[in-house]
Amino acid sequence: MALPSYAGKLERFWYYAFRFLCCLVFFFLIAPILIMVPLSFNAQPYFTFTTEMLTLNPEGFSLRWYEQLFSSSQWMRSIRNSVFIGIFSTLIATTLGTLAALGLSRSEMPYKGLIMGLLISPMIVPLIISAAGMFFFYSSINLAGTFPGVILAHAVLGTPFVVITVTATLVGFDNSLTKAAANLGADPITIFRRVQMPLILPGVISGALFAFITSFDEIVIVLFLAGVEQRTIPREMWSGIREQISPTILAVASLLVAISIALLTTLELLRRRSERLRGLTPG
Amino acid sequence: MQQSASASSSDDHRRDGKLVTADGRPLQASLRSAERRRKIIAFLFVSPLLAFLLISFVIPIGQMMWRSVDNPTIINTLPRTLEAMQEWDGQNIPDEPVFAALAEDLREAQQNRRVGPLAVRLNYEISGARGALSRKARSVATMDAPYREQFLESDRLWQNPRLYQIIQREGRPLTLSYYVAATDRAYDADGNIVRRPEQQRIYMTLFGRTFAMSAAILVLTLLLGFPIAFWMAHLPMRYANLLMIMVLLPFWTSLLVRTTSWIVLLQQQGVINSSLVALGILDSGNRLSLMYNMTGTIIAMTHILLPFMVLPLYSVMKTIPPSYMRAARSLGANNWTAFWRVYVPQTVPGIGAGGVLVFIISIGYYITPALVGGQSGRMISNMIAYHMQNSLNWGLAAALGTMLLVSVLILYWAYNKLVGADIKLG
Amino acid sequence: MKNTKTAVLVAVIAIVLIGIAYYFLRPAPEDQAEGPVSLTIVSWGGAYTESQNRAYHQPYMEMNPNVEIVNDDGSANALAGLRAQSQAGNVSWDLVDMLPSDAQLACDEGIIMPIDHDEVLAAAPDGTAASEDFLPGSLGECFIPQIVYSTIIAFNTEMFPEDAMPSSIDDFFNVEDFPGRRAIQDRPGVNLEWALYADGVHPDDIYDVLSTPEGQDRAFAKLDTIKDELVFWTEGAQSPQLLADQEVAFSTGYNGRIFDASEVEGQPFEIIWDGQVVEWDGWVVPYGDNVDAVMEYLYWATDTQRLADQAKYISYGPARASSAPLVAEHADLGIDMNEHMPTNPDNYFSPILLDNDFWTDYGDELRERFANWMLQ
Repeated sequence: MALPSYAGKLERFWYYAFRFLCCLVFFFLIAPILIMVPLSFNAQPYFTFTTEMLTLNPEGFSLRWYEQLFSSSQWMRSIRNSVFIGIFSTLIATTLGTLAALGLSRSEMPYKGLIMGLLISPMIVPLIISAAGMFFFYSSINLAGTFPGVILAHAVLGTPFVVITVTATLVGFDNSLTKAAANLGADPITIFRRVQMPLILPGVISGALFAFITSFDEIVIVLFLAGVEQRTIPREMWSGIREQISPTILAVASLLVAISIALLTTLELLRRRSERLRGLTPG
Repeated sequence: MQQSASASSSDDHRRDGKLVTADGRPLQASLRSAERRRKIIAFLFVSPLLAFLLISFVIPIGQMMWRSVDNPTIINTLPRTLEAMQEWDGQNIPDEPVFAALAEDLREAQQNRRVGPLAVRLNYEISGARGALSRKARSVATMDAPYREQFLESDRLWQNPRLYQIIQREGRPLTLSYYVAATDRAYDADGNIVRRPEQQRIYMTLFGRTFAMSAAILVLTLLLGFPIAFWMAHLPMRYANLLMIMVLLPFWTSLLVRTTSWIVLLQQQGVINSSLVALGILDSGNRLSLMYNMTGTIIAMTHILLPFMVLPLYSVMKTIPPSYMRAARSLGANNWTAFWRVYVPQTVPGIGAGGVLVFIISIGYYITPALVGGQSGRMISNMIAYHMQNSLNWGLAAALGTMLLVSVLILYWAYNKLVGADIKLG
Repeated sequence: MKNTKTAVLVAVIAIVLIGIAYYFLRPAPEDQAEGPVSLTIVSWGGAYTESQNRAYHQPYMEMNPNVEIVNDDGSANALAGLRAQSQAGNVSWDLVDMLPSDAQLACDEGIIMPIDHDEVLAAAPDGTAASEDFLPGSLGECFIPQIVYSTIIAFNTEMFPEDAMPSSIDDFFNVEDFPGRRAIQDRPGVNLEWALYADGVHPDDIYDVLSTPEGQDRAFAKLDTIKDELVFWTEGAQSPQLLADQEVAFSTGYNGRIFDASEVEGQPFEIIWDGQVVEWDGWVVPYGDNVDAVMEYLYWATDTQRLADQAKYISYGPARASSAPLVAEHADLGIDMNEHMPTNPDNYFSPILLDNDFWTDYGDELRERFANWMLQ
């Protein structure tokens, strides 16, 4: 959308005004997330930039909130719990979701729309309703306040993402590739390993990442279903915010931002690889 | 692949004018059974997940919805009382036989530890019933006939004829009372359902507010999202991808992190207010109240939901050929007309998809309003959580939840009609 | 066809591996008979939980290495939490710190254990039985008091000119002369009392007036006059936070927390002792899985010395008569704690004594009305 050389003054004005507006919107998107990172190094227990910080005086900065975070047994336990619950719910969601996506992408799948709708429903149903339903049901089978309970609940929330991403990679999947491999004498295991796996793997991994981040971020289900022993990072942040926002929360938040940047980069690389493999876009 | 399906259509495979396979079965039947087998295999792939979701998601939600009409407590705990009340005139305080039956029922309930649920159930209909009933149940073991006077003297609850009307009305296995309450209605003295007085209409007001706030958030995300989606769609791929990462970063950042950052920004001593004061725009005494009200919720949620609007808009705009606008302009339309009359109509599917998505997500939102919403920024989800966790009126929570779920499903159905079930991620 | 089998095989193997991995990686179960006992103790969070940590939990865990105490800040919703756990049949709390009126309701409903005080609690050092040693009227059927505390109104001195500081409940309700937002708790208790007090009702008559529908209307009408300025808090730690952030000019709060914020953290807060609402706070025992371990803990944590120890960390008065002489100085600051106690004569000039029977009887009704009022 480059500005044509024959553009008039007014057009020129609108062109730059528009760009400026867009930049403002991007600023609105990004600034609130990044603003916490410098604040988490504040030497003072306040949420504003102190004069020392603004003048870049090293005394205005400190790592005390990070030290506090890593020396707090409560926070460390919540990190352990988050990772543990995240990994297992992701494994369950990825296995079941990939299998279902393989079935769904077969052309002969009956009631495809209905089943897809059902499989995606955990994404659509408001979390508070899922949480309320699971609270009653899991309490009645003694799974409330246990790790398996939280893991199963998070696996439910993660499956739609796996189904969607894997199905998406299979949409571009060219069945003639398997046939060609078979004609060339490959046995089924080789076909699966050498032809199908590499093609759906980016979808599986990005689905797994989505499932993991869903569990890692999830708070509503944890609020209803988890006991003190299962407190996760978001749960600790929730009680921290409700009571007193100590800058320790900003330290946690900054670390989480770093993690999301890492995950996002991985995902972007996977997407590019997948598209290149399927020949959708030139690399 | 099924070998049996690869029948040829040559003449020696014809019998009675029908195609048959090499082993002599009619081709049509053979194809059909092969088709069925493949259907079953495809279904087998999906079945583990389907079973998993059914058990750990669909049944729990179904069970919760059932709670909104399920009403077993009174009929199971007070069977004798209900029997004795068949003679009752429905207006005055009943006579001795009803109280004798009630005493007997309470005695048994006390032994089986079922007084708690009964007291809770009655308390939904008459506040204050819980304490009075629990106390009575403990003393009933030592009471002798006649009971009526002893009951009436012990607490004002028993002198209220409404109590007996409620026991009679709710002494059935199913009830509408939670929905009556959830729609801001009540039973009057004659048992008719009437609307509550204006100042007691909470839930419908809250539903209205939830929808209004969601609509406001929808409009804001559209206003902010449309320009940047437009810009990204018309930039070379390399730059567009870079900007896309900026849209996706908030999407991937923890919800609590984003909410925390808005608290940091919006509070009275927060970054925005402090900057305005430092710049001299604001007097320190007149700091803006940006948080613990509706403003805070709308700002934070607009930020959180903006990517959900940008992504579908962007993917639709990518498919619009730039030649249309050029054609319109060459036919004499000015820039504005070309944009408004030619370009915008083609983005409508994206606006629809993004809009419904944002709206669906925001009417069920809980965390952000709970943390930055204060009182005026509350939404219906917060009320459901309140009845789940604080007032413990689970039937009412279930009724409100069912109403919310139905609205979401209707919207989702509309979304499907608009764009198909093809939800894209990133 | 073979592809199908491979996929299914991979899936089955994956699920088996997940199961095995879960078995080996799961966090150690903590309720084994011989192993460590984990007690979930529910309290009010913030400075209050910290005072219990230092006076009770940490010394106890040092003496009993097999006991691990986990704090859960759920007391603000203790009654609802107990009811929910008992209705759902899943009691995860072992010991709960709650208010006596709520404790009485829970007791009536049979969801917490009745306590035989002389059986369960230690006698005073001089041999006085527990039921005699605890202050008159403090013990409940299921309730073991720890402290007497008061709910007060505090303000941030930086938000008022030096010559016009508020000093009474009337000032709290006077938006004209004392502008600024006010934070109150999101429940009716204490707020309705103050509304009537500010409306001219004598402290002794408050509950008589509040028992009538007209009195209740009057209290709500008085609250309506400041409603536009109100912010609501839920948990005790929020009120000093709101004041410190200057999010509000006034906040209702617990005297111990305001003490902690102003004396320990040096915040510019001042307490209005006029109309302080005095009440007990203490323990109840739900029907959980670790009742024996809890009773052992309770016997020790409510003895004379322990109750006096808590007063070293927060300005709440101990509930045992025999503890009072042992109250001395703050553990870290060395200031005399007696000056900051609600019962100090300088502070105790116009107290309102919280009527638990009233709140047991009218609590549900007024809580519901208050919740609706907040939403309007």
